[in-house]
Amino acid sequence: MSFTSLSFLFFVAAVCAVYYLFPVRYRWVVLLAASYLFYASQGWQCMVFLLVATVTVYLTAAVVSRMQENTDRVLQEMSGKGVSGEKRKKYKAGRKKRAKHLVTVCIVSNLCILAALKYLNFGIDNLNRITAFLGWGMQAAYRDMFLPLGISFYMFQSIGYLLDVYWKRAQVQKNFFIFALFVSFFPQIGQGPISRYASLSETLYAGHSFDAVQVRYGLERILWGVFKKLVIADRIAVAVQSLTAAPGYYRGKFVVVLMVFYAVQLYCDFTGGIDVTIGVAQLFGVKLAENFMRPFFAESIKEYWRRWHITMGTWFRDYVFYPFSISRPLRKLTAFVKKHFGMPAAKRVSVYTATIVLWAATGIWHGAYWRFVVWGLMNGIIILISQELEPLYKRFRRRFPKLTGGMPYRAFMVARTFLLMSSLRLFDNARGCRDAFISFWSIFSQWGRRALTAQEFLDLGLTAADYVIVAAGALVVFSVSIIQRKQPVREWLGQKPFFVQYAVLLALFLSVLLFGIYGIGFDSAGFIYNQF
Amino acid sequence: METKERIREILLELHDDVDYDREDCLVGGKILDSFDLVTLVAELGQEFGIDITAEDFVPENFNSLDALAAMAERLMEG
Repeated sequence: MSFTSLSFLFFVAAVCAVYYLFPVRYRWVVLLAASYLFYASQGWQCMVFLLVATVTVYLTAAVVSRMQENTDRVLQEMSGKGVSGEKRKKYKAGRKKRAKHLVTVCIVSNLCILAALKYLNFGIDNLNRITAFLGWGMQAAYRDMFLPLGISFYMFQSIGYLLDVYWKRAQVQKNFFIFALFVSFFPQIGQGPISRYASLSETLYAGHSFDAVQVRYGLERILWGVFKKLVIADRIAVAVQSLTAAPGYYRGKFVVVLMVFYAVQLYCDFTGGIDVTIGVAQLFGVKLAENFMRPFFAESIKEYWRRWHITMGTWFRDYVFYPFSISRPLRKLTAFVKKHFGMPAAKRVSVYTATIVLWAATGIWHGAYWRFVVWGLMNGIIILISQELEPLYKRFRRRFPKLTGGMPYRAFMVARTFLLMSSLRLFDNARGCRDAFISFWSIFSQWGRRALTAQEFLDLGLTAADYVIVAAGALVVFSVSIIQRKQPVREWLGQKPFFVQYAVLLALFLSVLLFGIYGIGFDSAGFIYNQF
Repeated sequence: METKERIREILLELHDDVDYDREDCLVGGKILDSFDLVTLVAELGQEFGIDITAEDFVPENFNSLDALAAMAERLMEG
């Protein structure tokens, strides 16, 4: 049941009706039932993995929280009885160690399930390559693996909750069913955003009265998301597929065409999906975190990653980057480097190591192929290089304030970041790292090989009308982004006369109906991020 | 008091152009970046023999000299 299918729309409408028929305090139960129903529609196996993650994380968090409460109580009693600080410290450390072991076992077991489902064939492939290289002649067979929808999203979300409880940043949830809803809330289970328990819990269980404005906003947001997905992303996907299917033919200028087309497709696909997610949640009065903030207006890669898939970036930052960079081994490494190489080197060593680990993890999360690892590492390396060059940039900005403060310079920075990120995205579509590098290099070495004729574009599988629709759609999306820089687009639209507001919405609705790309049974293509 | 002075020295080694007595938004104001924070954790651990874990790694504990000193003393007491 894709988010842009008719069956999903009917499902949401039915859930909405039941939701508002229930008493306010039990409305979250409707959401839980709907979430499991939605997930069951994806196959019973999906339910098993979802339940395993939910039960194990719920139980571990409950036990850890109980241990922490007991520890605090005992420590208070010890303090009252005048037990020495050293003994109290030792007791606390021992209890903390036990809690840490429990949390580690739970996280590692869940990640092992994820790894087995997602990376088993990647492991087998690497093993086969090694055995072939060593000439052992053993080749393990690939397995037909089943990947439950959104498994990494709900696993990350529940692991985040467990760590928040363990670090005492969130209160433990004692009600299993309420926790189960946090993990399984159906609008976000397929592609995020990855919500934090502390911010989602209140809005999810509060029980919301019917609010016509919120429902209207939700419907508008869904319409906007469906427009981006069906009218733009799924249309341009045809051309992207043609360009990537014959990389040997489409070299030089066509690689730049692929970079631009794929950027448009990925942006409209992913943000469209998130718009639908946020809009559906809004129908129930639930407020989800925003996942994008006009990423193509970023002036550096670092800024881009603060604007693209924000909840994933902050998740990796809070639960991987910082804990790893302040872990004991890295602290020891920092102290060692400071002693032998001085403060400037010491300041870098932990952050550099953690950055590389973070981006390798981000890369492998995007796909079980080495090209994704290389993609991640290249992101990390570019970010570190920019960090090193920052003092130089600062001097340049101080030296030429007029030039660097002007619009042309900022436009240059935005274009540079767009091209850099689009170049890195070549790894998404290539068959391997080598192919990605060859494609990229051909921009310079084979620029003049083939002209960008109208016929070449038509051969990509789109008609002239399709190109006009994509261009017009992209222009609308771009204009909305421009407006959003100054004020929320709803606020902007709200200032217009009523007939303009309704004309805009009607135009959007009609363009989805008339220009949307529909498959069999009015089902659209799957979302790119569903596969993660 | 001594703890605070020792932390001030560490902070000055990171950025010597900040008035640490008045500044109370070291993290929120982006005066300390991720490089500084990670180094600070290692330095404080070494200086006071404390274990700053992810549990303590929140902006409120790093936003001012006073907050840092309070965290260090709390961790030293166990």
